[in-house]
Amino acid sequence: MPADVTKTGAGAAALAGLEARPGVPKPDPILVADGVVRRFGGLTAVEVDHLEVQRGVITALIGPNGAGKTTFFNLLTGFDKPDEGTWAFEGKDLAGVPAYRVARRGMVRTFQLTKALSKMTVLDNMRLGATGQRGESFFRALVPGVWSGQQRGIDERARDLLVRFKLDAKASDFAGSLSGGQRKLLEMARALMVEPTLVMLDEPMAGVNPALTQSLLGHVKDLREQGMTVLFVEHDMDMVRDISDWVVVMAQGRVVAEGPPDVVMADPAVIDAYLGAHHDAPLSAEEEQAQLSAAEAELEGGHA
Amino acid sequence: MDFGVIFDRSVFALFADQSLILALAAIGLNVHFGYTGLLNFGQVGFAAMGAYGIASGVTYLELPFGVSLLLGIALAVLLALLLGVPTLRLRADYLAIVTIASSEVIRLTARSAEFREQTGGSSGLGGFAQGFYDLNPFGPGSYGIGPASYDSNRFFLLVVGWTLVVLCSLLVFLLMRSPWGRVLRGIREDEDAVRSLGKNVVGYKMQSLILGGVFGAFSGFAFALANSSVQPDNYGTQFTFLAFAAMILGGAGRVIGPVVGAILFQTLLVLVENVLIEAKGAGYISDAVLSGNDIGAVRFVLVGVVLMALMIFRPQGLFGDKKELALDAR
Amino acid sequence: MLVVPSSTREETALGHRPAVPAPRRALRAVLLGLAAVLLLLTGGAPAAAQAPPPPPAPSAPAAPSADPSAAPDGEEPVEGIAGTLANAGEPVEGVEIAVEQDGQEVGTATTDEQGRWRVPVPGPGDYTVLLDVETLPEGTDLRDEDASSRDVTVREGQGNAPALFLLGEGRSGGSSRLDRAPQLIVGGLQFGLVLAMGAIGLSLIFGTTGLTNFAHGELITGGAILGYALNVGLGLNLIPATVIAVIVGGVLGALLDRGLWRPLRKRGTSLIAQLVVSIGLSFVLRYLYLIYYEGSARSYAQYSTQSPVDLGPVGVLPRDMVIIAVSLLVLVAVGLGLQRTRFGKATRAVADNPSLAATSGIDVEKVNNIVWAMGTALAVLGGIFLALSQQVGYQLGQNALLLLFAGVTLGGLGTAYGALVGSLVIGLFTQLSTLFIAAELQVVGALVILILILVVRPQGILGSRERVG
Repeated sequence: MPADVTKTGAGAAALAGLEARPGVPKPDPILVADGVVRRFGGLTAVEVDHLEVQRGVITALIGPNGAGKTTFFNLLTGFDKPDEGTWAFEGKDLAGVPAYRVARRGMVRTFQLTKALSKMTVLDNMRLGATGQRGESFFRALVPGVWSGQQRGIDERARDLLVRFKLDAKASDFAGSLSGGQRKLLEMARALMVEPTLVMLDEPMAGVNPALTQSLLGHVKDLREQGMTVLFVEHDMDMVRDISDWVVVMAQGRVVAEGPPDVVMADPAVIDAYLGAHHDAPLSAEEEQAQLSAAEAELEGGHA
Repeated sequence: MDFGVIFDRSVFALFADQSLILALAAIGLNVHFGYTGLLNFGQVGFAAMGAYGIASGVTYLELPFGVSLLLGIALAVLLALLLGVPTLRLRADYLAIVTIASSEVIRLTARSAEFREQTGGSSGLGGFAQGFYDLNPFGPGSYGIGPASYDSNRFFLLVVGWTLVVLCSLLVFLLMRSPWGRVLRGIREDEDAVRSLGKNVVGYKMQSLILGGVFGAFSGFAFALANSSVQPDNYGTQFTFLAFAAMILGGAGRVIGPVVGAILFQTLLVLVENVLIEAKGAGYISDAVLSGNDIGAVRFVLVGVVLMALMIFRPQGLFGDKKELALDAR
Repeated sequence: MLVVPSSTREETALGHRPAVPAPRRALRAVLLGLAAVLLLLTGGAPAAAQAPPPPPAPSAPAAPSADPSAAPDGEEPVEGIAGTLANAGEPVEGVEIAVEQDGQEVGTATTDEQGRWRVPVPGPGDYTVLLDVETLPEGTDLRDEDASSRDVTVREGQGNAPALFLLGEGRSGGSSRLDRAPQLIVGGLQFGLVLAMGAIGLSLIFGTTGLTNFAHGELITGGAILGYALNVGLGLNLIPATVIAVIVGGVLGALLDRGLWRPLRKRGTSLIAQLVVSIGLSFVLRYLYLIYYEGSARSYAQYSTQSPVDLGPVGVLPRDMVIIAVSLLVLVAVGLGLQRTRFGKATRAVADNPSLAATSGIDVEKVNNIVWAMGTALAVLGGIFLALSQQVGYQLGQNALLLLFAGVTLGGLGTAYGALVGSLVIGLFTQLSTLFIAAELQVVGALVILILILVVRPQGILGSRERVG
């Protein structure tokens, strides 16, 4: 795909010619996971032997419902603890590092069900994203002079981002008053306030009005243009095809395939594991959850 | 019915010690619940730490009064750490059970004969308040306006206490408009989101628990000094829920909410109680409906009704902004 | 030790919430109706108060104070020491008993025609009970002549702390730990089974609706008082009275769900807000009980005083044997019902995942309603059993509530068997702990266990680790 190279930048160029097989080593990985296993009761939700994520590109994580994509996300970002395994970000071990420290190291995530802080204003949501704020320590908070200067800088950055995400008119509204798509945008903008190097988006398109889809896609591509790495979970195949440089396919907790979008989507194993089995309308987050717990209940029932 | 008596007693209650005690406890709960979303059902445990801190400090450890105050605060901080380190990772309702259980552990331990020497057992402790009233600059006599007049010592306590209420409220005001307070409000909304933005959520919850707990200890100081004694059974779970009701009445998550809520709620209780007493005295209420001894219990029925009605119909309280209320009733 | 944030659960609950909010007016009407039902329910109690009071009543209640926190519990001693004197199965009347604390006399009593006596005491603590040997009838002697005094520890809320004086010939009772253990095990088993009655309802309600019901203790108290109203007020024998009370309790439980909790669920009131509502409800109920039942602790007309039957190393009151047997039967029946019947499967499905259950054709609200009816009926039965050993008092259930929580969390929230096992452990623990710690601290021990379990293993001993995201 030499034609794509100019469009998607140097990172993607480095991926050209890589073998499309699970666990393939990348020339410049930002994130490397090894033997990450998570079990719920008797059910193994995630069992990833080896996975590398290339720096500076957009990597999609796809797979049928219950494949363990979100669980894997939670494990990588410290929101859940695996039973086994190690993983490293920028060469530094992340196992056992609490979620907030993971974020401070530059690996920031969003959530499947948006977590806009609905009873705070849009601007306050953004401000919360800034790290290293002096006024966030108890005693210094009491002296506004200590932090107000820094706050002005933060506000400026927040407003710039809001303009970019076309939310500047809503800055003083409560986040709860935003539409579903605007919340997704806000969550992404807020994540950028942390100044991440790796952005992890959990279903950025779920529940977004089609009118906003293109603008969201544009924003995701922008992240790459600004030198950030993006790893995202998505159900929308068109979007995956459209913007990703590399696709990782999970099924039943394992990585079953990876490669450039065209190659992966033509892979019979992928079609069989994913498109063939569940080609119908994608399930909602709740339904995915429901299936998992139903399976879990069944397993537990077996023990009792 | 003597409406004059009812009026006088209600006006007297407005700023009397019970309102003060409730207000301090409710300011602390507001930091926990209103701003951080921590379901602390053991606020009375912090009050007990404050109260026993000065009572046992002065009588058992024979410390000077001022040092005993510090002891009370230190005990409250210690309790917050003991409770918080292991439990702040738990779900909200688990925290509620742990805190209420620990407050009962404190009360039952304090009233047990095993620790009679330190805590006075079930009869409690007295004779520790002199160090405080010695500082009273007001000469003997009556101070105040009209029915809201108090004797010298009581007036001194109220002046000191309400000054403390103002200072605590000011502190909360300053903190909550700072980035620190913003993190707390974020945690109240969704702690995972805040965690994903690189904030040490457990650390902030702990700071909130300590701050609100110290306010709880202040309320224990006021309670112990107002009675000049500490009785373990005054530190039962109903204390926490009264403060809770007061906070919700005024509006959780508002600086002024718990203070106004405490004053209004305590006055309402006194008003209802005195209306009933007068109506009973005038023979309007027969014994079959309500006997004279039961009027005190009506107060607690009222606490329950107010809690239920507020949570169902107006969870943002009297002054809360529906859009910004801490408890989502949608 | 990650635990699902409560929002996860709420979001699933919100997912299938009907779009139309229940009208406020209906809710108000329901609240009023609820109050009316309560008044009707407790209306039997004032009548009951006219009935001849059981053994010496505790001292009169003091005037209410204006203190914000002083509950009426501090106002009157509910604690007391009691016993029955019998010689070869015949009651012994007219014997004088004195109770002392630290050498000060606290009170005296004389045994009545049934050999019963009771001395109210000012609060929990250690007391010495002295039997005046001079007042024993001719030919009746203490089994052990030196045992004319007994040291008794009264727990908080314990209305009838037992002080046994053995007369005539019989089994010699030692007091070493090993000797006391079997008796405590039987007592703990009974207490645990009775707690389980409340704990299973609490746990099922939490499992299906997500509500942490702080008013469950008041359902237990309500059961005990309802039993008292039927038994002493209407003069029914306690056995039919219990049957009727359990049925009425079930109906009231279903009504409470229909009238209060279902509308709240339909409005989408958050679980935390519902929890605070349940606290409000517990206050309303508890103090209505105090007003209409009165504060003093009283006994049922039958089976309140019995002599133990000798069963090898232990002596068991006949009523306690019945309580243990009936509790076991009921709990096994409930357990089997939950496991085998269609309703039981539906309940577990709802507890597991309400939206999934709803999509698979289960009427979730009907299940919730039946769970409430069953939970309340069990609480009523538990209340009557509890009152048989502790007397009927308005704080009966409140005092048990935290132990219920302890049992439920020990076994793992939301599972019936877990609640049963957890309650048995708590029952045995509270009793056996008195071998090593002061009796008045036995509740403290149980609560410390509760806290430790929530901290170390919040899913309970039997529960499985919950999942995030």
